[in-house]
Amino acid sequence: MNNLTEMNIIAANADWFYLIGAILFVLTLRGLSSPKTAIRGNRLGMVAMAIAVVTTFFLAEGPVLWLIIGAMVLGAIVGMWKAKTVAMTQMPETVALMHSFVGLAAVAIAVATVLHTEQAHSTVARLELFIGCFIGAITFSASVFAFGKLAAKSWAKTLIGSWVKPVQALLFLAMVSFGTVYFITDSLPAFYAMTVLAIVFGWMWIAPIGGGDMPVVVSLLNSFSGWAAAGIGFTLGNSMLIIAGSLVGSSGAILSYIMCRAMNRSLLNVLFGGMGSTAAVASADDGAPKNYKSGSAEDAGFLMANASDVIIVPGYGMAQGRAQNAVKELYELLKEKGVNVRFAIHPVAGRMPGHMNVLLAEADVPYDDILEMDEINSDFASTDVVLIIGANDVVNPSAKDDPSSPIFGMPILEVSKAQTVMVIKRSMSTGYAGLDNSLFYMDKTMMIFGDAKKMVEEMVRSINGSH
Amino acid sequence: MIATVVAAAQAGDAMSSTPFVAIFTVFVLAVFVGYYVVWGVTPALHTPLMAVTNALSSIVIVGAMLQTVTIDGSAFSATSILGAFAVFLASINIFGGFAVTERMLAMFKPKAKKAAVVTDVIGNKTAGGDA
Repeated sequence: MNNLTEMNIIAANADWFYLIGAILFVLTLRGLSSPKTAIRGNRLGMVAMAIAVVTTFFLAEGPVLWLIIGAMVLGAIVGMWKAKTVAMTQMPETVALMHSFVGLAAVAIAVATVLHTEQAHSTVARLELFIGCFIGAITFSASVFAFGKLAAKSWAKTLIGSWVKPVQALLFLAMVSFGTVYFITDSLPAFYAMTVLAIVFGWMWIAPIGGGDMPVVVSLLNSFSGWAAAGIGFTLGNSMLIIAGSLVGSSGAILSYIMCRAMNRSLLNVLFGGMGSTAAVASADDGAPKNYKSGSAEDAGFLMANASDVIIVPGYGMAQGRAQNAVKELYELLKEKGVNVRFAIHPVAGRMPGHMNVLLAEADVPYDDILEMDEINSDFASTDVVLIIGANDVVNPSAKDDPSSPIFGMPILEVSKAQTVMVIKRSMSTGYAGLDNSLFYMDKTMMIFGDAKKMVEEMVRSINGSH
Repeated sequence: MIATVVAAAQAGDAMSSTPFVAIFTVFVLAVFVGYYVVWGVTPALHTPLMAVTNALSSIVIVGAMLQTVTIDGSAFSATSILGAFAVFLASINIFGGFAVTERMLAMFKPKAKKAAVVTDVIGNKTAGGDA
């Protein structure tokens, strides 16, 4: 390479462009601090990405342009099409699938780097490749499983058994051993073996975790995809990749932490034990006869139309029943009648952080009327009617007053303080944690059995017909 | 092992000219920046946050492009094919991630006026500015 100095000059300039990219990435996340600035933030992200990609074209030594551009165009078509068509109710599994792409891309890059015949790899480079590759591989297979679980695919079976943990440990040790062999001897077979083991490990790691814990898993994999990107950044010695990767890594880590805190569980507890097996046991002894009151959607509509304060608590059942548009109609109708209607969102409502907010936004509910748990919890005492749509564990009073409950200590929406509580539910079956909910048997509680969307529509009809 | 790493780093890295500690410093500081910025994100936007971070972590496309190169005079090698495959995957996420985030964010509207609730992105943005 005779033009080394020239390359260095370009590289020096490239670093400046990459710096601009890195700053814009920080501002992208900064924009998300409010819905008002979020769109601008997102566009800054696009600009940053464009700068990064264009700069890299100049930096690469002998890029195969048509191959790169061809792959980009193809990816753009697939990505844009998916972004346009995906239903908001399918966001959790879509995000999981996207995490798996980052993981797989990181693996492909690491393997491509290892196979690059014109490059020798120093000890540091090998360490970075080894770590980057296994994080990528774990992200890939774990995210594929999370995708399957969230999309309710039949192949994503939850693994239960005493053999699972030893096998996980064994796989992990074998993976690290092969990685170390590669690090010391630069042996290709060891690198491949490590990659394959990491893929198997990723799957085995997530497979025992139940569907209710998927918000934590998805957040954690979000974090992993960031660390994988940072790993590639280390390999390339590229600060922008490291910065972007670290931003994503911290983001996912914080989301995981928020989710865990909202369930009063530690990350280790979610990942390596607990709820999955208890759920199986608890849901089996369902059906001990206890008294509850059930009512019709008409009664519920009447009560709400005559209330002055109503809080709606949506849960996964609203997403599952695609009831968000009906809910919005109910919201508007009550508003017209002068009722103060608001929404209360628990941090783990739904299957991913912010899931309910997106669904309600899609249905055109203004975000000022959608409140987080901490903002609204003190208002339940002065509320006439609470309408719970497909939420269960997040409103279970046992979390507050039954020390023997597995969810004891979990922060909940304190709906039982309201005058009247109405619960739309398909049946008396238990929630994701597999627990019975004492709220359903309270005197002030009225159960409305049926499909969420149908029931809300009936409420709307009854309110419309009553005047 | 750390000693080996440090020694190797000081001896000079084949792939980058930056000393390891410098780049590690960037990493540590970036984690701090990420920590504070992300705590500032409103919980209502956590789903868009996850979608946009997907696009951001697809910055690995830079690494993928640097591998999609001519090696020993040939455009086709295991390295360049894998590189192109990674470019493809990262592009799905970049375009898909930003587009779906844009789509979601356009849905978030304040309680401005009652009548006009048509999905008009531009109209809503002006409404956001007024508030």
